[in-house]
This record gives sequence, structure tokens and C-alpha cells, in this order.
Amino acid sequence: MNPDVRRIDPTERLASSGGGPGRDGDDATAVDLRVDLGGLALANPIATASGCAASGRELDRFADLDQLGAVVVKSITREPREGLPTPRMAETPSGMLNAIGLQNPGVEAWLEHDLPWLLERGATVVASVAGRSVDDFAHVARRLAAAPAGSIAAVEVNLSCPNVEDRGLVFACSAPDSAAVVRAVASATDVPVFAKLTSDVTSIVEIADAVVGAGADGLTLINTLLGMAIDPETGRPGLWNTYGGLSGPAIRPVALRNVHQVHQALPHVPILGCGGIQQVTDVVQFLRAGATAVSVGTASFVDPFVAWDLGDGLRRWLAARGIPRVTDLIGKVEPWG
Amino acid sequence: MSSRQAGQLRGRDDVEAPVRGRCEVLSRRREGAYWTLTFAAKEIAERARPGQFVQIAVGAPHTLLRRPFSIARVSRQGASAGTVDVVFDVHGPGTDWLSKVEAHDTLEVVGPLGKPFPLPQRQVNCLLIGGGYGVAPLFLLAEHLTRQGLRVDMLVGASTLERLLGVVESKRLSASAVFTTDDGSYGEPGQVTDVLDDVLDRTGAGVVYACGPNPMLAAVSQRCTEREVPVQVAVEELMGCGIGVCFTCVMPVRGKDQHVRMKRACVDGPVFNGSRIAWDVSRYAVPSVLGEPGAVAGPGDGAGPLPDAGPPPDAEGDAAVWGEA
Repeated sequence: MNPDVRRIDPTERLASSGGGPGRDGDDATAVDLRVDLGGLALANPIATASGCAASGRELDRFADLDQLGAVVVKSITREPREGLPTPRMAETPSGMLNAIGLQNPGVEAWLEHDLPWLLERGATVVASVAGRSVDDFAHVARRLAAAPAGSIAAVEVNLSCPNVEDRGLVFACSAPDSAAVVRAVASATDVPVFAKLTSDVTSIVEIADAVVGAGADGLTLINTLLGMAIDPETGRPGLWNTYGGLSGPAIRPVALRNVHQVHQALPHVPILGCGGIQQVTDVVQFLRAGATAVSVGTASFVDPFVAWDLGDGLRRWLAARGIPRVTDLIGKVEPWG
Repeated sequence: MSSRQAGQLRGRDDVEAPVRGRCEVLSRRREGAYWTLTFAAKEIAERARPGQFVQIAVGAPHTLLRRPFSIARVSRQGASAGTVDVVFDVHGPGTDWLSKVEAHDTLEVVGPLGKPFPLPQRQVNCLLIGGGYGVAPLFLLAEHLTRQGLRVDMLVGASTLERLLGVVESKRLSASAVFTTDDGSYGEPGQVTDVLDDVLDRTGAGVVYACGPNPMLAAVSQRCTEREVPVQVAVEELMGCGIGVCFTCVMPVRGKDQHVRMKRACVDGPVFNGSRIAWDVSRYAVPSVLGEPGAVAGPGDGAGPLPDAGPPPDAEGDAAVWGEA
């Protein structure tokens, strides 16, 4: 397909944004967008993706956060982090590489400043946690668990972090390491726990199985793919960090395959699908592949309104086809012949 | 409903908030080595303040991200009311695509974005320094300062006459304008920093505003700090989102507590107090990371926190002139 960003189809979304009945008379307001994501009740299946909505304040300048299914915040670590030097981003065909280094204010500042603000705005808050050791994750999870009951709706575990206790190997690449982190987080918190996995493994089903066995209530699939760019003239990598995470439409088919593969193997495990989603039809594909909800990341860099517009667009898409509930789509892949 | 969604515009009614609009291109024209685009964007024109920028979606094959451009001029009155000008140099597929749009084409634009230049809170002479197309946001700034009854002088430099933007406009907007070119093809031969001391002495400038390449901004900031002249700079950094969510466009900025933190040029800037940017800190140094044992060292740099020692961040009276607490 043509990746021209102007074909993200703003016209269609704009025409729909009034929230009233669809153009062809279908009563879009009657469509039920509510989903139950592993015990997490969402008003609609569109969330922001971790690392792509910062603290929430940035996107709130454009529209109301309480209209989104959930706000998955930028990963929170035990200590404040300033992140990596620049360049931190390189645009690649229909995607981008990033290596930010988990810049964030740390769990104490987040609890003090960011969480109360998000709650005041009425957002459904999913806290993404990151760390360098099992103990780091457990510490952040315990601190989050001390927040007022009901304030944090769910915890997402960012397993794409180097494990300093295992030669810097990324947790998400090892089933036992991933399980150890998830076990520690799940035992520290009462809210649903989602493990965010990478596709950069031999068998994502094996990792998925391990984290579910360790207490994950659901899975976020997928994190960025590890990639690289080099300036042909200077010979320098496009990123200071040499390698970085590839995101955007470039990874969408890979993400979709992972969602489908895991859903086939573990059909009862709720999945938050993620990877290059830009348009309503992308959302529909992820739901059909087996995701219960989706999160939108890189597309928000391109269009700050995209998460809101996808909710409106999904409602109209369903109404136009006479589908009463978004849950009717989940896992619906029709076989050939 | 707090979001306005009528027509093709999205965004809040709040005049401080950015909007997304589909904007008709009114003209595309050459200005020396650069291109200028004028497009119709009523709300952006009304809300824009000097130093802010817009993000424009480009349709070049395989590109994904919007491109950021300083707002060079806006018109709020008259026949061309509600228009915005941006000036750019072609240096990639996005700007190449943008240099080929035609009048009546539609652009998708988000803006105005970023922190504007703070205006002086007392009667001072203002020196505006631009390098290359970095002079663009200074046109709008000069208008605002002049309207406030302040004297504006301009110092504009580029490598060649062709890359010197807005010579006539700079003269029209200022009490005096000095130009430099590296090859001596116009004005003084050399760079703006070669004549900065003379211009500061002659104009009696009490504040300096600058926009251009980072080495120029570093040199201007350093000299102004030494001379205790408050300086505000608008930086150009590689941006991903332009709205504060991707953390790509960071600059090392020294806080009042002397700690260096990575500030986003898109929402904490693009305008920064030039005396607070940690210009001495190599962009290849690791600014992280309180107690990060695995932090990798940059070439020639030790791992660990940035050096916190440095000159006092503020020249005398700096905060007062900007009306800061």
C-alpha cells in the first residue's frame, strides 16, 4: 500500500468526528465498544502505547484523555532517568527507529505529580514498569500498589529491558527471566498485569506461556523490533545507541502475525495488540487476529488525534456493517476454503 | 464538548492549544536558496507567537513523520488574513516533496507548537541574530517587539549571499541591520560572532535573541553570558512528534539547581535561555543516569552524570528581564 501519510484518511475520520449517527443512517451510537481486557474494563478498545503518550499531559492539550480506552504511560523506573544522548531517532521506510533510554521522572515523582493529574482528568491509567533487575521491577510494582485503590487500572511490564543480572540480555528474550519478573510484579499488585513481549525471539508462544504461568493476566504484543540504520556517507549509525526499536507501519504485519500465533496457542489469554496501527482497518485486523484491545504508538507521533479518531472510526465501521458489539470481531479469522 | 471538531479543524478552543487543520497552499516561492510556503490557517495564525513552529505532513514515498518548521510570518489582518509562512531548505525527501507542492494543494498542519520567545518585561534594546534560514522566526519576533515600542537591531549571517534570508525584510523591520557572509559576497566577510561585540556595543542591546545552527547559538550564548547580556535562542533539533511524546529532540539544559537535564526542544523549547543550555556537554556524552552502572561511555567521555560544575546559569538580572519569578 502507499504509505503517504495523507492517506491515513483524515477526511473520513474528520467527517465522523461529531459522534452522531453514521452518514448512511446507521446508529453508530448504539454500537457497543466496551471490552473486558483480562479483568480491566475499558470503555473502548483503543489505548495509547507505552512510551508514546509521555505523561498524558502532552496529548491532553489536543483532546480529552477520559475518552480513550486507556492511557498506557511511558515506562516508569525505580530511579529518575535522563535517557540516552542524541540522535535518539531515525526515520526508516514506513517506520522509525528509536533509542530513548527510558527517560522518565522515576516512580516517586510519577506517583506524586503524574498519577494525580491523570486521575483528575478521568483517565483510565495503565502503568508501564521497567527495570534492570527483578528487584527493580518488584520495587516499582510495590510502590504503585501503595497508590490509592482504583487509581491504577492495570500494570504493564516492559520486558524489553536489559537484565544486568544476566549479561545484559533482554528479559523478554528469556522465558525464565520474563517469568521471574512477571511473578515478582504479579505478587506485588492486585490489579491486572500485562506482560509486553518482543517478537525478537525464536518462539513467542514459549515466552507467552511462561509469563502467563507466572501470573500475567494478559499480554501486550508486540514491542518494537530491534533494528539499525547507518548514514552511508559518514558511516555513523543513525542512533547514538547503534541499535534501536523499529516501530510504525513497517512492523504491522509482524505484530499481527504474533498476535494471531499467540491467540491460536493460548486462546483464553487476553491480548493488547500493538504495532504500526494507523487506521481503523488496522484495528479491525488486530481484533480479528485475536486482540481484545489495541494500543497506538508511533501513529500518535504523526497525528496527535489518532487514538480518538480510531475510536470514532471503529464505531462507524461496525455500525456500517451491522455489527452490534466490537467483541464480535475478536479472533474472527476466516479460513480459506 | 471541549474539543472543536467543526469542519476540517480539530483541537481545543483554548487559544494556547495547538490545532490540526487541512490547509490550502496559497503560494510557493523561492527566497534565495530557500523555499517559502504560504498557507491558509486561520486558527494557527491567530494563536501563533514568535518562536513557535508547525508540523507539516509530507507525502514523500515511505516517509512517516511530519516535518517541523518555524513560523516565519503570519497575517491576521487584511486581504491575506489567516495565513502562515514557513521557510525551508531542501535537505531530504520530506522537504523535497514540500518544495514541489502547488498553490491550492492541501497540507495537513499541526500547530502552533512549542514555547515562544519570552518578550522583555522592561524597556531594552533588542538584538536579533539569525544564521541561514534560522532568521525566519525572527521576522515575527521583530514585529512583536517593535509593536511593544522596543528598538530592534538585526545581525544576519550565512555562508553566501544566496543563503542570506530576508535582507530587505531585515532592514525594514529593524533600526539597523548588519549582514555577514562567509565568502564575503554580501556585508561583512566572516561570521556573526566576528562582529557580535561591535554590534552589541553600537546598539546598546539589553537582550539578544538568536536562531540558527547550534554552533552559532553556542558561540552567541557564550559571548552574551560573558557580557552578562540575557540571551534567548531557538534551537533546531531532529524531531519525531513535535508534541512532547517521543523524547527525540532533547537538549542538555542546566537547571537552577545546576543539574543538567534532557529537555525536549518541542515542548520545553524550541526557545531556551541560551545561558542555560549545557553547550559544553558533548551531545555524545551520556547524560544519564543517576547510578546507571551499565551506562555506555561516549567517545572520549567518561560514563556517569554530566559535569555539574559550570558558570552561573544567569547573567545578572536575567530572570527579571523575562519577568520570571
